[in-house]
Amino acid sequence: MRVDSFRFLPRSFQPLYADPQPLDGESEVVFSPFEKRLADATIALLTSAGLYVQGQQEPFDADRERRDPTWGDPSWRPIPRGTSQGELGMTHLHVNPADVIADHEVALPIRTLDTMVAEGSVGRSALRHVSVMGYQEVGLHTWRGTTAPEIIEMLRGDGVDGVVLAPV
Amino acid sequence: MPVLARRIEAAGISTVVVTMMPDVADSLLTPRVLGVEFPFGHPFGLPGDSRLQRRVLEAALVVLAGAGGPGTRVDLDVEWPVPVREAYRSWQPTEPSPIVAQMLKRRPS
Repeated sequence: MRVDSFRFLPRSFQPLYADPQPLDGESEVVFSPFEKRLADATIALLTSAGLYVQGQQEPFDADRERRDPTWGDPSWRPIPRGTSQGELGMTHLHVNPADVIADHEVALPIRTLDTMVAEGSVGRSALRHVSVMGYQEVGLHTWRGTTAPEIIEMLRGDGVDGVVLAPV
Repeated sequence: MPVLARRIEAAGISTVVVTMMPDVADSLLTPRVLGVEFPFGHPFGLPGDSRLQRRVLEAALVVLAGAGGPGTRVDLDVEWPVPVREAYRSWQPTEPSPIVAQMLKRRPS
C-alpha cells in the first residue's frame, strides 16, 4: 500500500504541500550508509513535538509565536535517555498535545527503544535524544545555520550512529 | 524535518524520517523515509499502544539500517485504529494556531 500523505490534512492546507520544492542549497542528494549492525549501534531519537524536561528546561517560546505568527522557536532541547513518563512538557500550537502528554512514546519512543536495547536487537540508546518544535519560519535559516550544527555536535560527541527523526 | 535529516546525514550520521507526509519528504530529498498513514501528532501511534509504537520503531530501524541508497521509502501498512473523521478532529489543536488564526482573520468575508 501507499500512504496517502493528505489523509488527515485539512483540505484548505493541501495546496501548501502540493508541490514542495527543496530550499536553496538543499538540492544535492545526501546519504551516509549505515555501516554497523543495529545490535552494535547507538541510536538517537529526534522529535519535532516541542518537548522539554519540565522544571529543568525552558518551554519553547509560544508567546512570541502568538505575537508573530510567522515565527517559530528554532531552539532545541537535549532529552536525557532516562527521562520518565510525566517528566516532559510540550509546546506546539499546531497539534493537540493531549496524546503526547499522556504517553510521550507517541512522539519520542524512549521506552520502546530501551526495550529493544535490553533485548539486544539495538546496541545502545543515545545518552541524549533531541527535541525541536516543528513550526518554523520560511527558509529555516536558524535551523540550518545554528540549530542543526549544534545538534550534530552533540550527536557526534555522544557517538551516535543513526537517528530516527519523527515530525509531528 | 527533512532539512535536519539531510544536515545530520551530510555530517556522516545515518537518518530515517518517520512521517505522515512521505510524498513531501520524498520531494525534499530525505535520505530514508518511513511513511505512516497516521493523524498528525502521532508518528508512533496511539498513547498506551506499545505494540504499535514498537512496530513503527522497528520498521524505522529496518529502513535506517537496510536502505541500499538515498531516497529509500517504505510505507507502513497499518490502518489507523480510530475512525478517520474522529481522528481528523482530535489531532487538531483546540484553538487555531496563530498563523491559521491570522489567515482566517484576513480571509474576505
